[in-house]
Amino acid sequence: MGRQTRAAVFQQPGCAINQAKPEHQRAKGCSPRTLIPGAAAGGCAFDGSKIALQPITDAAHLVHGPLACEGNSWDSRNAQSSGPTLYRTGFTTDMTEMDVIQGGERKLYRAIKAVVEREKPPAVFVYTTCVPALIGDDVEAVCAAATERLGTPVIPVNAPGFVGSKNLGNRLAGDALMKHVIGTVEPEWRTTRDVLIIGEYNVSGELWQITPLLKRLGIRVLASISGDARYREVAMAHRARATMVVCSQAMVALARSLQEKYGIPYFEGSFHGIGETSAALMRMATLLVQQGAPPSLIGLAQDLIAEEEARAWERLDPFLPRLAGKRVLLYSGGVKSWSMISALQELGMVVIGTSVRKSTEDDKDRIRDLMGEDAEMFGQIPAKELWRRLTNGEADILLSGGRTQFTALKTKTPWVDVNQERHHAYAGYVGMANLARQIDSALYHPIWDQVRAPAPWDVEDETP
Amino acid sequence: MTRISGNGKAVTVNPARSSAPLGGAMAFLGVDRCLPLFHGSQGCTAFALVLMVRHFREAIPLQTTAMGELNAILGGAENVEEAICNIRDRAAPRLIGICSTALTETRGEDAFGDLKMMRERHPEWAGMNLVLASTPDYTGGLQDGWAKAVEAMIAALVPDGPADQSPIQVNILPGSHLTPGDVEELRETVAAFGLDPIVLPDLSGSLDGHVPVEYVPTTLGGTPVDDIPHMRASAVTLAIGEQMRPAAELLERRTGVPFQVFDRLTGLKPVDTFLTALSGISGRPVPARFRRQRSQLIDAMLDGHFYFAGQHIAIAADPDLLLALSGFLADMGCTIQAAVSTTSSPALERVPTDTVVIGDLDDLEQAADGCDLIVAHSHGRQAAQRTGIPLYRVGFPVFDRLGVANRVSIGYRGTRDLIFRVGNILIEGHDGHEGPSHGNEERAHDGIVDAPLAAD
Repeated sequence: MGRQTRAAVFQQPGCAINQAKPEHQRAKGCSPRTLIPGAAAGGCAFDGSKIALQPITDAAHLVHGPLACEGNSWDSRNAQSSGPTLYRTGFTTDMTEMDVIQGGERKLYRAIKAVVEREKPPAVFVYTTCVPALIGDDVEAVCAAATERLGTPVIPVNAPGFVGSKNLGNRLAGDALMKHVIGTVEPEWRTTRDVLIIGEYNVSGELWQITPLLKRLGIRVLASISGDARYREVAMAHRARATMVVCSQAMVALARSLQEKYGIPYFEGSFHGIGETSAALMRMATLLVQQGAPPSLIGLAQDLIAEEEARAWERLDPFLPRLAGKRVLLYSGGVKSWSMISALQELGMVVIGTSVRKSTEDDKDRIRDLMGEDAEMFGQIPAKELWRRLTNGEADILLSGGRTQFTALKTKTPWVDVNQERHHAYAGYVGMANLARQIDSALYHPIWDQVRAPAPWDVEDETP
Repeated sequence: MTRISGNGKAVTVNPARSSAPLGGAMAFLGVDRCLPLFHGSQGCTAFALVLMVRHFREAIPLQTTAMGELNAILGGAENVEEAICNIRDRAAPRLIGICSTALTETRGEDAFGDLKMMRERHPEWAGMNLVLASTPDYTGGLQDGWAKAVEAMIAALVPDGPADQSPIQVNILPGSHLTPGDVEELRETVAAFGLDPIVLPDLSGSLDGHVPVEYVPTTLGGTPVDDIPHMRASAVTLAIGEQMRPAAELLERRTGVPFQVFDRLTGLKPVDTFLTALSGISGRPVPARFRRQRSQLIDAMLDGHFYFAGQHIAIAADPDLLLALSGFLADMGCTIQAAVSTTSSPALERVPTDTVVIGDLDDLEQAADGCDLIVAHSHGRQAAQRTGIPLYRVGFPVFDRLGVANRVSIGYRGTRDLIFRVGNILIEGHDGHEGPSHGNEERAHDGIVDAPLAAD
């Protein structure tokens, strides 16, 4: 990938995060953190691009590369679809040594053709990985030729793993949509309450905890980039009246581009926690009214929020006394750290520390606001350090992703999954009760007394 | 002989294969105080790591040289060097097992030469073993990477030339198709003959699921590094699975230790053969407990054979696992209707079916029409859902079932338990009726088929 393209991706003069920075920092944009060989963890740019686009559920997603890129990763996330299942099929060119020597362009074209003939998808997304990038396959040209000859949009996603982190991959995915997809389809009808949601992947169906609320306000999700998405919807995203960015850092560049090119205003919000959900709904309503939606939308939103908040607190009632004062260590790369903190604080829990691996300065300020100046924020936490803290009983529970799950369990610490693979939906007013239930269930599980007690003979050894 | 064919498709759909570097890393994970390292972009490591964490339900030590765009073009020797320094500082492993990836192999680095020069620059690395396995993702699959890592360990750590042989010491080279539970069973079986086994690699020590007392940044348990050179003093090498033949041959070439390859240890006759061999090596009769277990297996075969008879199976697995399981299922009276494998191997020629397709899970799904059971790893769940055919999960990855690492399918006991596990699925498949089935045709008349049992 050209160095220029990458620099452009990181230039975000209009982004709130960047504007808050001093000038010398602003010029740098948000460059990816440097990776340390032998002490690195985390996914690559290809991974990030796939996460962002794969929930376009009716499209075919074809990975151009040797087997590992798709073979070791396909069908592992829990992004749900209300209809099409094509996105769960793993397509790859599965490059062999011969392809590496001869170049993979012909193979790629044949693969695209086979996918189109077999599935007749509305579009094919083609992901470039390290090897074809290194041998110089012209994926863009192959995609352009395929689009023309096969009559199906074939979209190149140029995010080979070695260009950087998962986060960068998210952005490059947004870039591909901007360049090839958004603006290519016009909606049949439009309303003043059409919104675009960016960065909500519908993991475990979290989007579906929000859409009923929006429906009651007459708000239509014109497109979601991308959760339970359809290709045509994404292609008509440019007709949205407002954008909500859910996972701020990853895809804010796309929201900014849409604002610049189509004049769609955006805001960053979260659906984790009662207060955050209400705030997001209010901001969405306000923004839409500013854009020409009927002013009565504000009152409607206020009524809905009042009603839903009351019900949400009612649902939480049985859990609150049991969760009050429990200490949480939050170690998440995916869910926005501050929004999760605010949700946990609403449950009366004490967040003793949080990771800020993907957070911006602005995010960190919000964390300080929420947790106070003593807030402990850390980046990558070495497994050894995590082990020590959990063994010392510094936290009553760890909220993290699968990668640290077994570190927690080996120290006999309760654990709840808050990452991509999670099987419970925690969004909105209903999701909050799910979160409380899961944490409660983990904390008060009957195994803890059993597994923590020493073996009888070990006790006897100590007391002769 | 079985026909082996490709799938002739222009695109791989729903991959069945896991990558070679992942297999290499898994083999290194069977060595004590080891830290495997992928020489590639950080994504290569992240994907393999997450998959192994989900499969074994364990924290997995695995590192990356974190190749960036510039390194990929200019060369990654510096990254390897830096990675080794960092790993040494943080984890102090006895062995770093390096697996190359497609990215670094495409550039054509002389990693072996680079490593040699690094060692000269770093005298402080002296006590730390570095083993390099060439495992480009574009060649072969998990079991090939596993085999290459074992060969690399033998080449690097076993000295050339014969040694004073110990008549009771034997080398065991288990293939990637054995679970940690299988390896434990294997070692105990060999030890029961009074033999002293060196198992390489030994996942039963490292990935058997145990709760350590303190944090360890490397593997904890597995083959002790210091045991590996002693493999040259063994009386014999027992290789389990065709994939381990080259490693056994290498060991013989270097040290003169003869070897025997066992296709499979699942099924009555294969286990008979294996125990007979152990009896021959040790000069001891087969211990009484195995005679008892043999009788239990025979009883299980008698009890279970109704349910397997005439059942049509669609199976996808790496070659050695494919051979072991399809051989077992055929022994029990099943028909292997569809067999898909991931990489070429002489083992495929012995799979009891007409044709083995080297292909993907889409090939399996297309050919599974009318089958009673799909046997595949967890990714087979999509095919199972779409076809309505029950799935028995085997191999790697199995991320949606508990206890896969401890499951034993070898030896008399393991085969017996396998009959129970698969047999129960087949019973369940017939609407939970307990009556013996007599193949597809009669299934519509379950009530009638039930009658003989009722009359018993």
